[in-house]
Amino acid sequence: MHQPHAEPRPSIYYRYQVHAPWLASAHAAQPRHPVVIVGAGPVGLTAALELARQGVPCVLLESQLQVSEGSRAIVFTRRSMEILQQVGVSQRVSESGLPWRFGNSIYRGQRVFRMQAPHDEDDRFFPMINLQQQYLEEYLIDAALAHPLIDLRWGNRVAEVMQQEGFARLQVETPEGVYALQADWLVACDGARSGIRSAMGLQMEGASYEGRFVIADIRIDLPLPTERLAYFDPDWNRGNTILMHREPHGIWRVDYQLPPGEDPQQALQPASLKERIDAQLAMIGFAGTPWTLDWSSVYSARALTLPDYVHGSVIFCGDAAHMLPIFGVRGANTGFQDAQALAWRLALVARGVAPRSLLASYSSERVGAAREIVDEAGKSTRFMAPPTRGYRLLRDAVLSLSLSEPFVGPLFHWRTSRPHAYGQSQLNSTQDDNQLFEAGPGHGAPPQNVRLGEGDFLLDHLGGHFDLLYFTDGAAVPAPLQAAAAAARARGVPLRIIAVSRTGDAVAGADLVLQDRHGRCRLRYGVPAAGAAYLLRPDQHICARWLTLDAERLQSALESALAISLSVESL
Amino acid sequence: MSQTSNCLCPPALDVAGLESVYETLASALDAVGREQGELFLVKLALLCAREIGDAQVLQALVERAQKDL
Repeated sequence: MHQPHAEPRPSIYYRYQVHAPWLASAHAAQPRHPVVIVGAGPVGLTAALELARQGVPCVLLESQLQVSEGSRAIVFTRRSMEILQQVGVSQRVSESGLPWRFGNSIYRGQRVFRMQAPHDEDDRFFPMINLQQQYLEEYLIDAALAHPLIDLRWGNRVAEVMQQEGFARLQVETPEGVYALQADWLVACDGARSGIRSAMGLQMEGASYEGRFVIADIRIDLPLPTERLAYFDPDWNRGNTILMHREPHGIWRVDYQLPPGEDPQQALQPASLKERIDAQLAMIGFAGTPWTLDWSSVYSARALTLPDYVHGSVIFCGDAAHMLPIFGVRGANTGFQDAQALAWRLALVARGVAPRSLLASYSSERVGAAREIVDEAGKSTRFMAPPTRGYRLLRDAVLSLSLSEPFVGPLFHWRTSRPHAYGQSQLNSTQDDNQLFEAGPGHGAPPQNVRLGEGDFLLDHLGGHFDLLYFTDGAAVPAPLQAAAAAARARGVPLRIIAVSRTGDAVAGADLVLQDRHGRCRLRYGVPAAGAAYLLRPDQHICARWLTLDAERLQSALESALAISLSVESL
Repeated sequence: MSQTSNCLCPPALDVAGLESVYETLASALDAVGREQGELFLVKLALLCAREIGDAQVLQALVERAQKDL
């Protein structure tokens, strides 16, 4: 019997709400569900909300009765905010989070490198925003509860998964006992210690590093701005690295490396935490400032991924699919991109619009992204926590040089999570003009946001469908293009035509007209003349672009992006 | 003794210059002491790499330095 913790978790700033468990006895018999998602963390919730938005119902199983213990993921990137905007919670995150864009590396009391993340007038969101994961989950849960297509079941733990021909059978434990559930697709968002991944015996590939880190959240009043602070080789923790981040509600995250061989449980003892946090505060000039501990944990740096995220009817997403080092805020921020990349494909497969084979591109695109991250994260990790004598010597030499030789500064800038460009994706069109553009996002790239007016940005209008951005000065979308779009829609392809014009006047055949008064959108998309177009997938990544669009090439691009054939007769 | 043929960095260090480098390095290694010798040499290598300005040249130098240890 599964008896989840039923008391609110302790916290000095967050009020946990305990939800009632979902019990099979209180509900009708279970049909086979198109999609069951396991794990109502940020990734599972985002996947559920994206699926629901695209018209596909899902059951979302959460073994606990409340949101995450402790703040966990606290830094969310601009791309994550753009994805969270798609599922309707970015406003709440913006209102409660702390945005930032500077990172400081400090050695022997001197700031040896200051990283400035780019932020231009076309960006709606800051490069980074800090918010405790409990709040983010709460906002996502509120959105999920408000959606009739999401069946969120608290206190439901998956005990067993059996792959059948074309579907999966589950045994789900609840506080009253076990019930059976069937799903055409099972999406495992059950985190780094994924029980589903373990039960299926799937091996991850990559590296584990020796370094272990303590995360501690403390309430303290420090008159410091919201910027990342990284302290290298401090006197109180020689050779190791300490990170500090401001969180909302007067909380600071202190993150420090443990000496090799130290027992993690010992490191979390109150006396050990107190001694080290006091030493850190003393080093930065705040000795004796009172503080209270909220939560602490130990993690180790790993850079691992499954080599394939789709196994029969089971699909892995987020930390269940990969475990990435914390440096560069790559956990949740990578997971959101997984969820977004998966949801539109799964929606089209579940609705019978696209074949199962479309999901193979989810795996290849996201495994590719994870491998790139593993590679980049490895560089960061080897600097933050040198694994060998050679790496330690080089790191120490760079620290020493940094006091007088600014050229080594960029080595301190560990590469922060960024959206992956699916340049080699098989979903990209082979018949378009990608190579002929001199600017703008190319094949597989995430979209470029553009400020259209006061509080109005391009990405506010895109996503959840295939969006054809059609740059025009005319009064109508050409009839053959309208016909090709209609034929695709008749096959169930969610496609919108968004006309981008200088005047903003009505354009016949367009679902929406965006006014590009000063030509900013044309500039950022490298559009030299009217008649050009971009096709964005439902996850907003570019899959085709043309200097002069015609109906045949639109059809061809949609066929590539969906792994289907739209017959000529249907035009 | 033949000159190394694949050095791309004219002008070559003349004998007096080489002797001077020899003295300078020996004195500096003695001055920094056994404990900090390695760190000093790595810093020096990074500074030299900065002056050379070519990662491939450094890669070749690393390979040559690894010979006959």
